[in-house]
Amino acid sequence: MIKLLNVRKGFNMGQSNEFIAVRGVTLTLAANGITVLKGPSGSGKTTLLSLIGCMARPTSGRIEFLGDNGILQDRNIDQVEVTSLPERFLTEIRRRTFGFIFQQFNLVKGITVLENILLPSYPLGEKYTLVRQRAKMLLDMFGLGERAQAKIEWLSGGEMQRVAIARALMNDPPVLIADEPTAHLDSKLSSEFMDIISHLKKSGKTIIIASHDPLVFDAGSVDRVVAVLDGIIEGDDA
Amino acid sequence: MTSWIEKQRSILDYTLSSLLRRKAKNISLFFVYTLVVFLLGSAMFFTEAMKREASLILKDAPEMVVQRLLMGRYDPIPVDYLNKIRNIRGVTSAESRLWGYYYDPVTGANYTLMVPRNHPPASEEIVIGKGIAKSRVLGKGDIYSFRAYDGRVRSFTVAGELSAASELVSADLILMAASDFRSLFGLPDSLATDIIVGVRNPKELRTIAGKITELLPDTRPIIRDEMVRTYDAVFDWRGGMVIVLTIMALSAFVIFAWDKASGLSAEEKREIGILKAIGWETSDVLAVKTYEGSLVSFLSFSMGILAAYVHVFFFSAFLFAPALKGWSVLYPDFRITPFIDPYQLAVLFFLTVVPYTVATIIPSWRAAIVDPDAVMRS
Repeated sequence: MIKLLNVRKGFNMGQSNEFIAVRGVTLTLAANGITVLKGPSGSGKTTLLSLIGCMARPTSGRIEFLGDNGILQDRNIDQVEVTSLPERFLTEIRRRTFGFIFQQFNLVKGITVLENILLPSYPLGEKYTLVRQRAKMLLDMFGLGERAQAKIEWLSGGEMQRVAIARALMNDPPVLIADEPTAHLDSKLSSEFMDIISHLKKSGKTIIIASHDPLVFDAGSVDRVVAVLDGIIEGDDA
Repeated sequence: MTSWIEKQRSILDYTLSSLLRRKAKNISLFFVYTLVVFLLGSAMFFTEAMKREASLILKDAPEMVVQRLLMGRYDPIPVDYLNKIRNIRGVTSAESRLWGYYYDPVTGANYTLMVPRNHPPASEEIVIGKGIAKSRVLGKGDIYSFRAYDGRVRSFTVAGELSAASELVSADLILMAASDFRSLFGLPDSLATDIIVGVRNPKELRTIAGKITELLPDTRPIIRDEMVRTYDAVFDWRGGMVIVLTIMALSAFVIFAWDKASGLSAEEKREIGILKAIGWETSDVLAVKTYEGSLVSFLSFSMGILAAYVHVFFFSAFLFAPALKGWSVLYPDFRITPFIDPYQLAVLFFLTVVPYTVATIIPSWRAAIVDPDAVMRS
């Protein structure tokens, strides 16, 4: 379970261009299932996602992780307050707990599909044969087996999307975070994406998506939709 | 430990693929880097080898040479000074020498004519240095003609060539018999070029030099150490000249490296952001950049040093030779004995590798400490 308590996030604080993206959000996200943060551009959903995913620290408020569903995997603790953790620990949580799917996929150009998928595993220092085996499994799972040695720039939009998902799953994280994953996809690919996500939900993953695409928040597999507007929670169907 | 090794291995893998991805940038960096190390290395190897060569030659030079001065300038020395010098306590030997310069209008070069102390050539025969043999296309049995002091032409048969062992000073050398030397220059038997003096105790050289100046006020004794210092100063100055020029090249390189290595492109910054977002630590990103910088540095440095070594010791520093090898018009054509000073190599390493590595790491560090969420908002 992930708990946000009165979380605020501002940018350029104290300067003339100060901007508050999240204004005192309190939210509890249960383990398992798909939660969609819905809202128009600039509503603060991406900032909220990056705070949940330990990519940024809140300006004020607290974020806590409760150790159910392996969210705190490999740790013998039940609960951790992440906002006060040093950068190194935040990175470790990011690495082990979350898999990220970005709006532009953010794949590294010039290297192969396989290398891109392997990237999150490099800092773990696992045996190369093991991680390669895992990457191959993911490639096969997403029908990319034959594209393993292809460069990223040679891929179609759909293939890039699947590589991005495979990379997010490389370290077998319990939580998947996706920021506007269908923004650059047509409706067919968007439906395919939601199919994959619902399959991952069935395998026990917790999935948090920020999106303003009805194909996402209206999908049958979505368990909860949280509406965000101007940095505050406007509606929650939980 | 195994996990650490695996991690470094993966990071190294990624470094190599990063280097290959930015081929054009890295190859141009490698090329300029290698060129700078090559220039600096060549200047250093050459100066050091020359100094060594000169000191080897001077090792066999006489301990003291006595010249006569007239109006503050060199003048032939009377042979009867020999006995006066021999009578000074502590002097073991004193011998007169005959040597001088001859201008050859064909090659535009000044040759050094000399009467050797041991085994001088027979009358009307000469032994020549390799430089002269090459430039005048002369071999054993050929005839070479000099224009004597009185305008008459005197011909000599080439009896042989000098060995290449000390070619730095012997390229323009011609050896001949004393009688031929005197008749060519019109030097009477009572005069010689200079006198060389041997002493029993080298520590007393300066005392004996003082005694000679006192006894023969129109002479100037020159001690071997002074000659060594002159050679050192000459080659240091020549090497220094090249080093000043190369320091300019080095500065240009630092600016180039700074621009190329430090100016992270938007693509590189984005890549660092992605790596951080997917769980790489700042130290992992810096490790990649350090490996990248070290690899380019190490390869360029090794390549530059190797090229400088081949240039100086296999091709006799053909690029620098005209500026560095001395005042003679006939450049010695010989292989310099390989000699490397580890201290100089270390200095060169720190002058090139350190600025480059700093230029690579600092901007990457600045990019790597940015919050990873920047990549989500890009």
